[in-house]
Amino acid sequence: MRRALGLFAFIGFTLFLIAAAMSLRPFGEPVHTEMDHYFITHAQEEASANNVVTSIVFDYRGFDTLGEATVLFTAVAGVLMALRRRGVKV
Amino acid sequence: MTTVIIKTTTKYLAALILTFGAYIIVHGHLTPGGGFQGGAVFASGLALLIVACEGDVIRERFKKVPLSALESVGALGFLGMATLGFMGYTFFRNVIANSGFPLFGEPTPLGINPGYLNTGGTLPYMNIFVGTKVLAGLTSIILVFYLLLEVRENE
Repeated sequence: MRRALGLFAFIGFTLFLIAAAMSLRPFGEPVHTEMDHYFITHAQEEASANNVVTSIVFDYRGFDTLGEATVLFTAVAGVLMALRRRGVKV
Repeated sequence: MTTVIIKTTTKYLAALILTFGAYIIVHGHLTPGGGFQGGAVFASGLALLIVACEGDVIRERFKKVPLSALESVGALGFLGMATLGFMGYTFFRNVIANSGFPLFGEPTPLGINPGYLNTGGTLPYMNIFVGTKVLAGLTSIILVFYLLLEVRENE
């Protein structure tokens, strides 16, 4: 009974995934393109950097990077607090 | 753990890896990569140095390196560069770009260009600060793990 249920769920989920993959938009044609065009055409003059990815990460979406840096800081602080022992000084 | 192979490889490879990491950090606004990626590469070079040496040598070498201070300086510097945007604009505004500031303040020529290092405004500063922070954090994690392993082995 459980086995049949699992098989049923597996087949259903696989069919769902295949249907979702069939209905994907073709590569390189996203739904909204206004933002991409804005970044590609304006990033070089506004952020003054050749690398558009860096100008997005550190300028347009700086808060995202701030959170990322906070996550790393918290991880390091947690590891150092949990594993620090006598004689191990960093 | 430390064989002749690892020691010999490290002797030639560590300097190259550290140079490559510093290159990725400093050229973050021109070529693929940036602070996080370059910091990770730099930390992997330091991890190679940690793995290839004996415990006493590591302790002697890293006693003078202020890893915690570097981590804090990176985080505070990143926040400070973001706060510079309050000079008339909003948080995270790129105020140094195209302003003629002598360091990283030159305007970028539009279109295809070879890539000039002295451009980018606050982006190179943020790359350097984030790179410092990431390399200090990852290195201190690896160092604590390694020294802890050594403590366990001695007990």
